[in-house]
Amino acid sequence: MNTTTREQMAYIAGQAADARLNVELETEGMTLNIGPQHPATHGTLRIVARLDGEQVIEAEPIMGYMHRGYEKLTEVRTYPQVTTLINRIDWLGSFANEVPFILAAEQLMEIEAPPRAQWIRTILFELSRIANISLFLGDMGVQLGALTPVFYAFRDREFVLNQIEAVTGGRFHPNFDRIGGLKDDLPAGWIEETREVLGKMRTFCDELEDLLMGNEIFEVRTRGIGIIPADVGLSYGLSGANIRASGVDWDIRRDNPCGLVYDELDWQVWTHPDGDSFARYWVRLQEVREATKMIEQLFDGLPSGPIMAKVPRIIKVPAGEAYVETENPLGAMGYYIVSQGELVPFRVKIRSASFNNLSIAPWLLKGVYVPDIITILASLYFILGDIDR
Amino acid sequence: MATESAEAEVAGDSAVELPALPEGSVAAFDILKATLGDCVLGSHIKPTGDLWVRVAAEAWRQAGEVARDELGCVWFDFLSVIDWLPSPFGRDMDAEQDRIVYGAPARELEAMEHGYAGGESRLQVFARVAALPSGSNAGVAPAVILKADLPDENPAVESWISVYAGADWHEREAWEMFGVIFVGHPDLRHIYLPSEFEGNPMRKDFPLLARRVKPWPGIVDVELMPGEAETADGDGAADAVGGAE
Repeated sequence: MNTTTREQMAYIAGQAADARLNVELETEGMTLNIGPQHPATHGTLRIVARLDGEQVIEAEPIMGYMHRGYEKLTEVRTYPQVTTLINRIDWLGSFANEVPFILAAEQLMEIEAPPRAQWIRTILFELSRIANISLFLGDMGVQLGALTPVFYAFRDREFVLNQIEAVTGGRFHPNFDRIGGLKDDLPAGWIEETREVLGKMRTFCDELEDLLMGNEIFEVRTRGIGIIPADVGLSYGLSGANIRASGVDWDIRRDNPCGLVYDELDWQVWTHPDGDSFARYWVRLQEVREATKMIEQLFDGLPSGPIMAKVPRIIKVPAGEAYVETENPLGAMGYYIVSQGELVPFRVKIRSASFNNLSIAPWLLKGVYVPDIITILASLYFILGDIDR
Repeated sequence: MATESAEAEVAGDSAVELPALPEGSVAAFDILKATLGDCVLGSHIKPTGDLWVRVAAEAWRQAGEVARDELGCVWFDFLSVIDWLPSPFGRDMDAEQDRIVYGAPARELEAMEHGYAGGESRLQVFARVAALPSGSNAGVAPAVILKADLPDENPAVESWISVYAGADWHEREAWEMFGVIFVGHPDLRHIYLPSEFEGNPMRKDFPLLARRVKPWPGIVDVELMPGEAETADGDGAADAVGGAE
């Protein structure tokens, strides 16, 4: 589906709305408040939708309910203290939040983590991806009225969280990445346990494919709904599975892996040409599968050696600017660090994936029907902590 | 500080032997320089390929158009503002509490120090746009970070919405947090804070009150590493912060 069809659809919808307004018995517009507490949002987001009948004329997301001012707070935290804060941005894949910040600080300090640390980082990064996206895979069902998948998702995600906890000590907030390496090595026997978990996650993907993707209701509610053309998606800064579902073959893991070891692995970037809700679900499901394969390869090639480079005890980052972006579970996430050679960053700009991913919502929701608001938002998959920061 | 040296690097005039700069970034800079002419005020290229270009504020929107159309940077990454004013409340671990309780000397206001590609004013708007890596529409450079100085008294710059639709929310955030006005933005409203909020919290002279009245978090439990010699009078906060090297 390309832009023209989309524009035509919007035009027809506009004409229809005009026609309705011109007849004598005109319908009265209605404003529908969705949220701030709503199961379709991971966090608190309010959506004000102006409706004409069942059709949305205008939908406006209102956020800020979870704004914690992390960018300001980083200016009064030392570099090692910042990871505690940024853990809480995307709380479903916390370890992945720490990595780009640490990589940017390492780039400024001209330190490189030892190979083993880089490999373990990549393992944990992909595990966070599985933990994060598996919840989405079940949650999408709930938005369509299918309750079973979400229980599967919570059940199976726990296996992954247990593995993350075994290494880092935290289910949700590992705070495990350090400038120059990692806090600790993997515990004994962890690799074998995790291999089993990966098998379970692959079964989970198969189950969901059977349960949801083959389901007629699921297809009807997602196919052709919420279509994002590639050019529009790019100009809104969409990233991750959202843009790959619009046929853009682009993955930061493959194209600019800086600091993580994706180059060493044999894996594939999944794209889908349709750009609709179904495509976004499908791409994410494939990504979880791909991640399980990647982790197995990482286990096979895991080098031995130290997990921490030599870093000064008091970390002062030399003056300069650095921007590092990684392919997080929700999309491209990056930290722009301005350092003036002090213990604390001078300015940190947090580029979070969900902020850009949701910013397309007013455009995307124009002209859709009320029940589709929920499925479209769910398929965009954002986490409010990642928007409000 | 980086302006002169970076210009020299780009032009190849530098007497010092430098690592070869990534071709894509140099080519991208040349295109920007050729199109915008005198409006390009400074630049910096890292060996990693990151490209910074500072343009005049009046050429801000045009720079975005050139980046999108000529450099192929179709993907909008982010837009924000940097306030270069040194914090009037001191840097590092200074807090009122440290001064009063531990007797740390008050700091004098330092001079403004700008980052890559230089700068002249306090507020600088900056944005990063990136190109797709492969395929027929691959860009000249992987990405470009554009900067522009804003006047101190009335910081205003043309909106990027017509160039990148995604700039909408980023500009609202920048307006709210820094008080920068984006001319042509249809809907400059608060995005995070309540609509009656006054002030621009991300400006350096906006105090973070919690920090002003509490000691530095974690300052009391700085422990010595095993084998590290204890300094003669090493129990004060100042020693824990600056003493260990």
